Formats: sequence, C-alpha cells, structure tokens
Amino acid sequence: MQARWSRLRKRIARHYILILMALPGLAYLVINNYLPMLGVTIAFREIDYSRKGLFNLLFRNEWIGFKNFEYLFRTNDAYVITRNTILYNGVFIVLNTVVAIAVAIVLNEIRNRIASRAYQTLILLPYLISMVIVGYLGLSLFNVENGFMNRIVLPMLGIDPISWYSEPAYWPYILTLVNLWKNIGYLCIIYLAAIIGINHEYYEAAVIDGASKWQQITRITVPLISPTIVVMVLLAIGRIFYSDFGLFYQVPLNSGALKSTTDVIDTYVYRGLMTLGDIGMSSAAGLYQSAVGFVLILLSNWLVRRRSREQALF
Amino acid sequence: MKTNAVQQTFFHAVMVVLAAACVFPFLLLFIVSFTDENSIVANGYSLFPDKFSLDAYRYLWTQATPLARAYGITVFITVIGTVTGLLISSTLAYSLSRDELPFRRVLSFLVVFTLLFNGGLVPTYLVYTQIFHLKNTLLALIVPGLLTNAFFILIIRAFFKMSIPLAVIESAYIDGASEWTIFWRIVMPLSLPILATIGLMLTIAYWNDWFNGLIYITDPKLYSIQNLLNRMLSNIQFLMQNDLGGRGAETIANLPMNAVRMAIAAIGILPILIIYPFFQQYLVKGLVIGAVKG
Repeated sequence: MQARWSRLRKRIARHYILILMALPGLAYLVINNYLPMLGVTIAFREIDYSRKGLFNLLFRNEWIGFKNFEYLFRTNDAYVITRNTILYNGVFIVLNTVVAIAVAIVLNEIRNRIASRAYQTLILLPYLISMVIVGYLGLSLFNVENGFMNRIVLPMLGIDPISWYSEPAYWPYILTLVNLWKNIGYLCIIYLAAIIGINHEYYEAAVIDGASKWQQITRITVPLISPTIVVMVLLAIGRIFYSDFGLFYQVPLNSGALKSTTDVIDTYVYRGLMTLGDIGMSSAAGLYQSAVGFVLILLSNWLVRRRSREQALF
Repeated sequence: MKTNAVQQTFFHAVMVVLAAACVFPFLLLFIVSFTDENSIVANGYSLFPDKFSLDAYRYLWTQATPLARAYGITVFITVIGTVTGLLISSTLAYSLSRDELPFRRVLSFLVVFTLLFNGGLVPTYLVYTQIFHLKNTLLALIVPGLLTNAFFILIIRAFFKMSIPLAVIESAYIDGASEWTIFWRIVMPLSLPILATIGLMLTIAYWNDWFNGLIYITDPKLYSIQNLLNRMLSNIQFLMQNDLGGRGAETIANLPMNAVRMAIAAIGILPILIIYPFFQQYLVKGLVIGAVKG
C-alpha cells in the first residue's frame, strides 16, 4: 500500500505537466456537463427563485418527488412529443440512409472527375448553412401570399393556395424533405468514402464473370459497405430520442398552429423553459429525454461494439 | 461501349436533378432579393421576375451600422471560440493520449461519459445564468460551444496515438525537453492536418450558432448575425425598432419588405458561399473522420 502510494506520488511529480494540460478541458467539462448533470435533480424539486447560487439551487429547494413527471404524463403532451420525436427520427434514419447510399453509388459511377466534384460541392451546400437560413429558404417557398409554392407551383397544377404555416397536415412531409435536403450531402460523403475504399479487383473479377452494373451494386458494393451502414444506423438509433432542434423550431417558424405535428421533445423543453416559464414540466421532460436517451445510447453502443470494437464510443 | 455512354448519361442526369434541387432555394432567395417589390406583389417569388431592383440592398445600406456590428460579433466569437476550443481540446487530448498520465482511465471515462448522458437544456441554462451569470454577455456566445462535442477530443487523441511515434516523444524526453516543449515543438506541428480539420468544424459551428444567442442573449446590441437573422425572420422591422444605430428614416409603407427579408438572408449566406470552395476539401475530410472516428 505504502509503496503504491509513493509510486503514484512519484508519477504525479514527474508528469504533473500532463495533468496541468488536462485541467482546462476537464474543468470545462465539469462546468458545461457535470454541473448540469447534478442539476437534473431540479426535476424533483419545487424551484424557488429567491434562492441564489449553486448550492441553494441544487440542494435547498423542497423535494416534491415525481409530481412534475405525473403532470407531464397525465397530459397528452408527453405522448405527442414522444411519438413525433421517434416517428420523425425513424423516418429520417431509413429515408436518409437509403437515399444517401443510392446517391453515393451514382456519384461513384461518374467518370468525369470534375463533374463528380462539382456535384459533391453542390449537394453539400445545404449542410453548411444554419437552420435560421433554412427558415428563410423555407419562407421563400411557403410564404402564403408570395411564396413559390402558392404563386407558381400550385397554380400550374390548378390547386388553390394553401396557408402552409397554419396547416399541420403538410409538415411531416415538409420537415422530412428539408431534413433529407440538408443532410444528404453529409451522409453521401460518408458512404462515398466507404465505397471508394472497396478493392477494385472485386469489380474487375465481376466484370470478367459478366456481372451487370446492377449485380455489381447489389452483390459487391452494398455488402462491402454494410459495416459502415450498420454502424451509422445504430449510432443514429442511439440518438433517436434527441432531435434537430433547429429543424423543428426554425423551419415551421415556431408556429403554434403547427404544434401537433412539429412539436418534439427538444422544442417542448425549450418552450417550457423560455416561453412558458414552466421549469418543473420542462425539466421533467428534459430528464425523461436524457434518461431514455442514455439507455438507448448504451444499447446502440453495445451493439456497435459487438460488430466492431474500434467504432464504438467505449 | 454504347451501354456505358447511356449509363453515364443517366447517372449525370440523376446528379444534375439532385444538385439543382439543392441549389434551387438559394437561387430563388437571391433572385427575390433583387426583385422589384411591385413585381413580387404581381407575380409572387419568381425565378424570372419582370423587373429587377436594388431597393432592398439600398435600404440595408442605410442599416449598415447594426449589420456590421452583428457581423463583428460573429467574427469575434468565431475566432476566440475556435482558438480557445482547439487549445483546450488538443491539450486534454494530448495528455489523455500519454500512458504516463496518472488516473488516465478515470479521466478518459469522464470525457466519454459526457457523450452518453447530458443534463439537458434546463439545468445547463440554470448553471450558466444562475451560477456563472452569463446572460447577456459575449461569453454566453462562446463558452457553451467550446468543446462542441467531446467526440473531437477522442478524435484528436486517436490521431496523436496513431500518427506520433512514441519513440520521437521519448527521445525528446531523454534530450531534456519538457512535456510542454514536446507538446508545442513536436506534437502540435505534426498534427496540423487534424487541427485544421477540427478547427474548421469549430469555425462552422460558431459561425452558424444561433441557439446560444436565442436562450442567453436578450440585448440586441449583443446579437450575432445569426441572432439578428433569427429575429428578422419573424419581425422584418426589427432593425428600425431597436436603437442599434440603424436609421429609421424610411416609413414602413415604403419598405420593399419581401426583397429586404431575402436580401438580409443573402448577406448572411454570402461569406460562407465565397470561402466554401477553399475549405471544401478539409470539410469533407473532417466529416469522414467525425463519422468513423479516426
């Protein structure tokens, strides 16, 4: 025991600079991540704003047990936001993966390097811009009086103008398309990198055996990039309880009329905290997300780890 | 090979349609920003307007002061945030990459755990506003995004472990170099590619961030360009109504509202579009590394 301590002391004395180097980052994680983790207990407390300071906030307020959760799950809200979050993310995962792989395969087939590079540049463009800008782009399409849809597209089809920002029924399709539009470039690049890594000899052998392009794609390309596909999908499933706040907040322009189809857990927590000032409900919904999210991430990481150790988070 | 040519044409056609779909909304937005207001009222937002006009940009020119201010704040937080974020993540990643670091496993776990569980918005908001009093300070736009994602630390650590031979570090150590010297003179210069990549990801994250401004900033004088855009999306008259140094000379009735709204978004996008081709390569590399970790 004594010997171990003195060894450790020596090691610390010798490498104290390494510890110093780690300190700023660790201190930051304590502030940005670990203090809020302690703070999840406020979901079980009655918040009294007259008490200031960390200690008072975390430990002095009265315990009220699961009351906030009872309120949350007694309303219809919990069901709606959970359903929306999971359905949207579920559709995003399937659709984005399928389309991204298809586009990556097509992109990989294009011989002209300059054209291929230009296509990549253009489809990655939406990924680069902030969701606020996407909100503006959406408005240019869906503005009720002057938008491209109502003034150009719908008249051509002989359909009456639609007041997009107050009709919840259209938004599942709009948000799904916007999400695909924004992320396709990113996902496509990931899958393209995997396809480029495939050994060319497989294709040469297949061509000699008379395999068609379609056979090469379904029998060589897709099976050989399946490890990447599985890992990407599993990681996405691990995060299925978290949604892209910007997509659900900016693109519907935070419109209350659309809540039934655009409200997800993240927007609900935000609205509870910033607009309604209902901290109890908001922190309960937040902790519900964190807790279920934690289990899902552990689960997906466990599955990833079984397939390939180095891709797993831990 | 005739089928080959047919196939190639088909593939090009698919990609042209896709690329057009990706670019179309941007094109529409830029064209509307140059469209005469009467022409918009008559025909709606169109790719081929009857009459072009610079009125929107002329109006925004009168509001140059608040716009320049917001741009200045964006540039400031992006530079400070990226440099600080890179520094603290690379130092932490480096010490975690060395086996000699005491308590290495515990400390690594502390980093990884932040990826698995987070306190969520409410506690984070309370910590930053009630304990650190960041509300309505520029720090609120910088601090919450510093390590954007602890994943970056793992990526940098993986790079250090793989690309910097232990022998180099050990021989420098024997020659009497301190840990600090080794880090600055050997490790950092050898790691420029990964630092550039992570730095780029941080830069984009800071440049595009509107969320921190949304929850921590209520004083319009501290708005970044994204926050300004966010407010003007719902309230186009925001620039005039606030004492931000913009001139409210024109009456609201004369404002080319539609075009102004799109023009201000265009001004928000333009810088990214201009420098995008120069950093595209690094971006692609960063995305791939980020997805498959090392």
